Amino acid sequence: MKKFLALLLSLVMVLSLAACGSEKASEPAKTDDSAKTEEPAAEPAADIKVGFICLHDENSTYDLNFINGAKTACENLGITDYVIKTNVPEGQECYDTAAELADDGCDIIFADSFGHEDYMIQAAKEFPNVQFCHSTGTKAHTEGLSNYHNAFASIYEGRYLAGIAAGMKLNEMIAAGDFTADQAKIGYVGAYTYAEVVSGYTSFFLGARSVCPTATMEVTFTGSWYDETAEKEGAQKLINNGCKLISQHADSMGAPTACELAGIPDVSYNGSTESACPNTYIISSRIDWAPYYEYAISAVMNGETIDTDWTGTLATGSVVLTDLNENVAAEGTADAIKEATSQLEAGTLHVFDTSTFTVGGAALDSYQADVDTDANYTPDTEVISDGYFHESEYRSAPYFDLRIDGITLLDEAY
Amino acid sequence: MNKTLKFHISKRASLPWYKSWAIRGIAILAALVVCAIVTMLMTGENPISIYSTIFYGAFGTTRRSWVTIQELAVLLGISLAVTPAFKMRFWNIGAEGQVLIGGLATTACMICLADKLPNSMVIVCMIIASILAGAFWGFLPAFFKAKWNTNETLFTLMMNYIATQLAAYFIIVWEVPKGAGKIGIINQSTEIGWLPQLGNQYLLSILVVALLTGVMYIYLNYSKHGYEIAVVGESQRTASYAGIKVERVIIRTMVLSGAVCGLMGLLLVGGINHTLTTTVVDGRGFTAVMVSWMAKFNPIAMIFTSLLLVFLSRGASEISSVFGLNHSFADILTGIILFFIIGSEFFITYEISVQRSAGKEA
Repeated sequence: MKKFLALLLSLVMVLSLAACGSEKASEPAKTDDSAKTEEPAAEPAADIKVGFICLHDENSTYDLNFINGAKTACENLGITDYVIKTNVPEGQECYDTAAELADDGCDIIFADSFGHEDYMIQAAKEFPNVQFCHSTGTKAHTEGLSNYHNAFASIYEGRYLAGIAAGMKLNEMIAAGDFTADQAKIGYVGAYTYAEVVSGYTSFFLGARSVCPTATMEVTFTGSWYDETAEKEGAQKLINNGCKLISQHADSMGAPTACELAGIPDVSYNGSTESACPNTYIISSRIDWAPYYEYAISAVMNGETIDTDWTGTLATGSVVLTDLNENVAAEGTADAIKEATSQLEAGTLHVFDTSTFTVGGAALDSYQADVDTDANYTPDTEVISDGYFHESEYRSAPYFDLRIDGITLLDEAY
Repeated sequence: MNKTLKFHISKRASLPWYKSWAIRGIAILAALVVCAIVTMLMTGENPISIYSTIFYGAFGTTRRSWVTIQELAVLLGISLAVTPAFKMRFWNIGAEGQVLIGGLATTACMICLADKLPNSMVIVCMIIASILAGAFWGFLPAFFKAKWNTNETLFTLMMNYIATQLAAYFIIVWEVPKGAGKIGIINQSTEIGWLPQLGNQYLLSILVVALLTGVMYIYLNYSKHGYEIAVVGESQRTASYAGIKVERVIIRTMVLSGAVCGLMGLLLVGGINHTLTTTVVDGRGFTAVMVSWMAKFNPIAMIFTSLLLVFLSRGASEISSVFGLNHSFADILTGIILFFIIGSEFFITYEISVQRSAGKEA
């Protein structure tokens, strides 16, 4: 029997060798072909290579938003030679990946997650001829490197507009007699007490209160950017507390799903959740990264310098509202958003207008924000002037971290 | 008339080394063939180009090779750490937490001592703190096992969660900027507490683990301690009869296991990442169990088993970016290959004979 087994095994071996051998003989020609057919599609950008580093893959709404932006930008610029690296953690692997992309001839490399920043800076120091662009980071304006850049968008404007949709929905429900005006409480599921989240929920709340003056808000934090269970439980807790409408700043479907189950309207983030939540989804704000990617890549193509710190706006097409769900949204929402958009663009309306909010019962006329990142969170820049808080002007990443009246934080552990 | 084929499985006495390695080789080949078929059926991609991409991802450039060897060193180091415990049949699945707590101790020294002590003293403190922290994390389950015979599998597993939560807590304490939930690179401008670079940033951890491999090999095979571990692993009663103090061996071995894990935490935080995240160990505390078992607790063989796993995972991430496939596809391939390799151990340990027999005999 041993002999039989040996015979069988050797047969398998020979066969597998043959299989490998034959494939080897025929396949290389094919790969060459496919490589060739891909190349000529690029017209002016033939010799530009672009690298993208993503924290997770397309299963995360956050990264999917970046990946879609990357693909759109490359398509619009006719760039076929680009690499998207997914599942790159926020550690030394990020530096290694960036360095490998630079080794492979990338002229410009993007990273999408906050924790990638230090490693991108490390790579930028080592490869002075490659441009490193980091979305959501805070250090480019103080780092003094000519090839390291930050970018963000004035997403607080998008949140404000989405807040208007939320406020109008509250008004509609009050008018329908679902609850009284003083019960108009909004719930918000945030990830961390990070300035980006604070800026987001505050602008959302101010948008809602601009149309529904009695609105209040409760905020809970999950301590993770992606934790479906915690986000779902957080939303459930807020609903049990009597919140009539939910919004969230975290990347899973947890909060929208909880809303759909409970029949509570939801304003989403990072993209439409209408397909999963057709009866509760109102609208979603998100950052469209394609305009920045196009801007930065074309700058490299034309040999121009990229802004050290770039802020996308409604005007650049970086801040977008997606797919208003007419079945759930209040009547006239689209028009109201349109009008507020034009006022924001014209500069006649400011999201953080100091006459619209108070902190500790008093209106603010001065505030020092921590714009230059340091370990002790030292406040360093005066950000209130001309009657409003200048968000995303001294640095693209948000720095609005005031706790305004009307918003209750249920926990601040994170 | 009523004849059936009967498979008879029996344990092999022993197999010459070349035969057992031949079986393993065949298993890998068979795994590659199955992977190729799965790849073609599911994606339509040409398997040869997938394999060459895997290879390119791991060894395509000098830097890729260095990173691969560094990753190999980390996985191997953690595997070496759990090996004495496993050889003693002590189910230490707490390497994840032991490495993390070592990393946390390192981080604490780097952050809290940066402006109080000179760089060299900070590094000395980091080394001591990380090893002590890891050793303590290994000592606790061993002590409870030795004194009250608690279940070490559950105990070490739970210690992982405690370590993760502690790390999460301190990350919030040390986060920069406020609310970010991230520490960022520690002392990026001053490089205080960064382990020195030897030539390039990869070499130090590689050398440390290479040295560790040799020491562990000698310790397990040629020292009195190593012999005691083997005897306790075979049978605690035998060990007691032979005059070995079983409790002491258990505690001593787990302290050693934890200490080496703590040292790996030091390398991960002080030498490689220069930051602490709750996922810095990245599941390698568990992968190490597989590395150690697949190598039958032989430190030299572990070089190859950990190389295989690191090679596959590095190649896998290359595949996912080059072919636009999801990372999960690479995991499928890894799963197939591991299935064959682990399965081949069955054919090495057991012999299958087919015999025809009359029905009534059955």
